[in-house]
Amino acid sequence: MKHTLSVLVENKPGVLTRVAGLFARRGFNIDSLVVGESEDPKLSRMTITIDGAEHPIDQVTKQLHKLINVVKIRDLDPENMVARELALIKVNASGAARGELLEIVRIFNARVVDVDKRTLTIEAASSPNKLRALEEMLLPYGVIEVVRTGIVGIARG
Amino acid sequence: MKLKGSEAVVHALAAEGCDVVFGFPGGSAIPLYDALYDAKHLRHVLVRHEQGAAHAADGYARATGKVGVCLSTSGPGATNLVTGIANAYLDSIPMVAITAQVKSDLIGTDAFQEADTTGITLPIVKHSYLVQKPADLPRVIHEAFHIASTGRPGPVLVDIPVTCFLGDLAYEPATRLDLPGYKPTVKGHTKQIRAAARALREADRPVLYVGGGVISSGAADELLRLAELAQAPVTTTLMGLGSFPERHPLSLGMLGMHGTVTANYAVHECDLLVAVGARFDDRVTGKLSTFAPQAKAIVHIDVDPAEIGKNVEPSIPIVGDARHVLAALVAELEAAEPAPTRTEAWLAKIDAWKKEYALHYLDDETTLAPQFVIEEIERVTGGDAVICTDVGQHQMWSTLYFHYSFPRQFISSGGLGTMGFGLPASIGAKIGRPDKTVIDISGDGGFQMTMQELATAVNYNVPVVVAILNNRFLGMVRQWQDLFWNKRYSATCVEVQPDFAKLAEAFGALGMTVTAKDEVGDALRTAIEAERPAVIDFRVRPEENVFPMVPAGKDITEMIGGKAGRRKKP
Repeated sequence: MKHTLSVLVENKPGVLTRVAGLFARRGFNIDSLVVGESEDPKLSRMTITIDGAEHPIDQVTKQLHKLINVVKIRDLDPENMVARELALIKVNASGAARGELLEIVRIFNARVVDVDKRTLTIEAASSPNKLRALEEMLLPYGVIEVVRTGIVGIARG
Repeated sequence: MKLKGSEAVVHALAAEGCDVVFGFPGGSAIPLYDALYDAKHLRHVLVRHEQGAAHAADGYARATGKVGVCLSTSGPGATNLVTGIANAYLDSIPMVAITAQVKSDLIGTDAFQEADTTGITLPIVKHSYLVQKPADLPRVIHEAFHIASTGRPGPVLVDIPVTCFLGDLAYEPATRLDLPGYKPTVKGHTKQIRAAARALREADRPVLYVGGGVISSGAADELLRLAELAQAPVTTTLMGLGSFPERHPLSLGMLGMHGTVTANYAVHECDLLVAVGARFDDRVTGKLSTFAPQAKAIVHIDVDPAEIGKNVEPSIPIVGDARHVLAALVAELEAAEPAPTRTEAWLAKIDAWKKEYALHYLDDETTLAPQFVIEEIERVTGGDAVICTDVGQHQMWSTLYFHYSFPRQFISSGGLGTMGFGLPASIGAKIGRPDKTVIDISGDGGFQMTMQELATAVNYNVPVVVAILNNRFLGMVRQWQDLFWNKRYSATCVEVQPDFAKLAEAFGALGMTVTAKDEVGDALRTAIEAERPAVIDFRVRPEENVFPMVPAGKDITEMIGGKAGRRKKP
């Protein structure tokens, strides 16, 4: 099972290195890691997704807690959280394909953020599953480049 | 009070009760050393290599329970500390390492003697700081001491750029700590403690398995009380030696790879295992899947939540400081209705094992047995000396053939297994405990790794006695080659070595060579009474092996050489 950890850390130099170093040292594979400011300027929030089947999640959180700069860890309940990821997808869009692509963009609630003669760049912010579905729909047209932010998550309520 | 950064460091160290630092200067550290020049209550011990500074600070911390402090310059000074810091990390020793760093504006430019010290040490510190501005210095030093000495202790590194030493700041002695993410659990969960007490009352075959956590938390008295109340036998890890008196009838000695047969059998057959401040290390458990197979319950008491469930899943986990938890357990047992002890048959079985599997070695008149030297050390010192060791065969014989009776008596590199630890650690230990005789039991291999520190011992007249069990081999590796690698002694025969007695004399220490059994006691007495650093080169039997031994990864009952044959230990 995928776990989404919401980790509140002190906003100090070297904290990301400490977290990344810990994961490397203990052999935990990170699926994605996103860092940004939190509501408190002294603290940053990391959203880390990790495969719980591969690593005992209990060990991961306990080891994270040992880092002095880690203030709080929350293992977000998948049933009770909102997870979002932003993707920018550059796709071949010449000739007749362009119309079909615009239809896909509309269905997925995505947006076109850049156009030129041969390509379209699509921006989509959604759950990771929907992004995967969108990518699959776009594949036959020739996906040139995909950039994804990694998942940010928040508990409901 | 307006101070320079370097002066603030010295002030903050004094405010933390630090009275001795071990270090070696260098370009970036000159401002700090300039401030030390005027420090009246802070003694600086100049080592001969920075590794010696880290080990000496470590030995000082182990002997006293206080935070050990070492200093170095930037670059090579700091990298030379690395082994010593890692050693303290693996054994959870409270240490503050202060390293100088190049000027702030030169960081990242590959400047002269620049190394990314916080980066290099990241995996081997409890925490570290790269100080950004002079005003942060007092707070950082206080936080470093707090983090190093509380919870599960460990080394904290403070890397200070020259510019921070030189800058001015307004020094305030009582600094508030700013550690929102650091709150170690001290008290154990009451319900869990009750469950553990019940398990102890109901167990027929309990074993207390005790590690270094009992020593670092100062829980030896509580442990003794608990063992006697529950009539439960006690086995210690290498790090736990001294936490329980080994002459006590409930003592099983050390367990694990080179543990006693009795301890390993007892763990194998126990129905309740109570682990206190120990971490189920592979040298203790052997094959994990067959460790303590009959235990219906495992209690794991540890201050570090991450240790609980890391290797073994306990049925009663208790996070907390060993002293608090054991005191609470004792109170629970004392408050309960007195019940007849159920462990009588168990203790009788253990006594029978102790007789059947007493330690033994070949003791003849023509050769010198290393085990005999250690027994003589116990006899000559009345068992009261602080024993430091290096790493290898002599270390294991030191655990087996000396009976430790008080905490902080046995000082040895456990987790990292650092050859070269012994001599500098013994210097730190003797400086911390001048009232005790301090003996460094070493091997000819390990001693040669840090023997330059003899100069430090002579320089400050620190009267440690170095007992080298000289077998002209890198003995422990040779033993593995002997037992598991068809006696192919690749690179373990030390073909050339100095005359250690002459070497000691050259350093200004007392040097002796002992080849015969009947000279051992006198040599030890002469060295101890000399009140100056001394080295005794004991020419012991070259191919002696350490037994009992559990081959790596095997079940701990699969011991080689456990059965008494040749001579029983008196």
